[in-house]
Amino acid sequence: MAEKKSLLKRLAEGQVWTSIFRGGGVPKSRRQRMMVVLNSVFLHLHPVRLPKHAVKLKYTWCMGGLSFFLFLILTISGILLMFYYRPTIEYAYTDIIDLTEQVPFGIMREIHRWGAHAMVITVWLHMFRVFMTGSYKPPREFNWAIGVVLLLLTLLLSFTGYLLPWDQLAIWAITVGSNMARATPFLGSEGPGAAMLAIGDINFVTVASDVRFALIGGRFLGEATLLRFYVLHCIGLPFVIMIFMAVHFWRIRKDGGISTPV
Amino acid sequence: MDGFKHLVDTLSRPTILVTFTFLIFFFIFPPSDWFEKWHRRLKFDGLWSKKSLWIITAILVGFFVFGLGDSDFRSIMLKPDNVPITGLIFLLFFFTWIAMSQAYKNDALQEAGLPVDEQYDAPNDKVLVWPDLVYVELISIVLCSAFMLIWSIGLPAPLEEPANPSESPNPAKAPWYFLGLQEMLVYFDPWMAGVVLPSLIILGLMAIPYLDNNSEGSGYYSYKNRKLSISIFMFGWLILWNLLIVIGTALRGPNWNFFGPFEYWDSHKVEALTNVNLSEFIYVKWMSTGLPTSILFREIWGILIVLGYFLVLPPLLAKTKLKGMYERLGAARYSLFIVLILAALTLPIKMYLRWMFNLKYIIAIPEYFFNF
Ligand code: HEM
Repeated sequence: MAEKKSLLKRLAEGQVWTSIFRGGGVPKSRRQRMMVVLNSVFLHLHPVRLPKHAVKLKYTWCMGGLSFFLFLILTISGILLMFYYRPTIEYAYTDIIDLTEQVPFGIMREIHRWGAHAMVITVWLHMFRVFMTGSYKPPREFNWAIGVVLLLLTLLLSFTGYLLPWDQLAIWAITVGSNMARATPFLGSEGPGAAMLAIGDINFVTVASDVRFALIGGRFLGEATLLRFYVLHCIGLPFVIMIFMAVHFWRIRKDGGISTPV
Repeated sequence: MDGFKHLVDTLSRPTILVTFTFLIFFFIFPPSDWFEKWHRRLKFDGLWSKKSLWIITAILVGFFVFGLGDSDFRSIMLKPDNVPITGLIFLLFFFTWIAMSQAYKNDALQEAGLPVDEQYDAPNDKVLVWPDLVYVELISIVLCSAFMLIWSIGLPAPLEEPANPSESPNPAKAPWYFLGLQEMLVYFDPWMAGVVLPSLIILGLMAIPYLDNNSEGSGYYSYKNRKLSISIFMFGWLILWNLLIVIGTALRGPNWNFFGPFEYWDSHKVEALTNVNLSEFIYVKWMSTGLPTSILFREIWGILIVLGYFLVLPPLLAKTKLKGMYERLGAARYSLFIVLILAALTLPIKMYLRWMFNLKYIIAIPEYFFNF
């Protein structure tokens, strides 16, 4: 009589499973386990083997990984939000109300908002961990610098998203922030040195041509600001941060994997 | 009860809170042997023991639970967008503890001539990513998802009245992670607080690996052999970054006036604004001649002080107190390092000048929007 196989095992050895996960079966042998990682486009971001302290939570706190995971959650919940949200002054606010009240299981907005707060915190803690283990030291100097760019982009993503509900909280927070741009040295209309950029009486840096104007698309927060922040939030900044993340992950591997005592 | 609340309100005044943290900070995170000696004498090394973890966590939890019984405390801390800050306070303490306790453990191991915790015998001590790492990742993902779900179901995202550009709330606050910058607006004009200092923070962070040329302590937690760099980083990160955010979020009310955590946000509270510029001190108060009409003449003292601070002080320090550091770092590293540090120190310096002398600007040229 043939040996009885569990359903799981039969599934794992069937044609469908083995066509997807090469090697077949539940990976048991050392070789199989190595092949799983090598054969998967996602898993092979990892090395095949790594130092034993690198898998311990007390070393990495998993904060880089969680930052990335939160980024994925934010991408997915953000795409769902885009189904309902229209970035115009007329609709933005009411769309936000609709999507909490009319949409079944309406916690996408919460997931997205709290996820954003959480990601800011995990990225900070990740930076803190990397500092405390001295992992920015050679050969990882440049990856630290890329990390700083990721931190900046994370904050900018949060900041641009903050405007989109178009409520009092949103516009006044962005007003406070964008008013600072007015004071940029040389480039802001009320920044030191801006008055020097003039030929005779003609000023080049005015309220209608300074960086604040470029940022909010006008002299006052309005329709153009909302559209600008929306495009930056949904396409521009995610595009840039994904490129930097790709480089960040690539560099972790190229710099010799997770840091170890030398 | 009220006595205790009043005490907390008083102790959290920026003057007291900041002075206290400044005084105690370098004994907790000693930058040099001298501080470390006192660090041990004052038993601050005990902070990173298991017992302290529990005691301090209990105190923090106790304080929050007690605070939530107070309607003013509640209205600040439970504002939906401020909830992450409470989390941040706990997480900061917890992870500082984790990092420091492992660092001290490794320091002790090294002192005893033993390998550190993270030491591994290169090719032999490796584990497989599948299953060892994927497991950890899976569990983290599941826990993180569960946490996000619970948080999202339990706490609705805030939505206030529709935007109304003609009706500004008081106070109008940026999102919490920018409140450190907004808090700096008390002491600096927007071009410094909102543009120059943030750019220097980004630049300074990026420069860390290039400035810190101490090769010790790479790839494991440690303190002893990187005292100075950890101490400086901690000061920037815990005090100038996070403490300022907490102050900006929890302790600043209408008109950006200070309010204790148990104080009612009274929008009619007036604080006398009698801030005086350095030029007014010199010409009006001391020389009683009135301000000169020429801008250059009027501001020359402030300009000299600032130039001296950034241009004369660094080489002077390189020859005297920081001689050893100058030799270790070389001219290029030293120059960048010292300028960044001096720029960061302008914040505490301006804080104290404000608190002690009501000094507003060292250089005040409002004609060209140049106030420093
Ligand atoms: C969106 C933000 C970020 C993501 C998704 C991310 C992701 C990761 C991941 C997954 C790792 C692997 C090890 C670990 O989990 O700790 C890592 C390592 C690293 N990260 Fe990040 N990171 C981010 C931001 C930063 C920041 C802000 C910094 C520093 C300023 C930084 C510097 C580094 C360095 C130097 C390593 C190598 C650490 C080592 O080898 O021990 N990253 N990052």
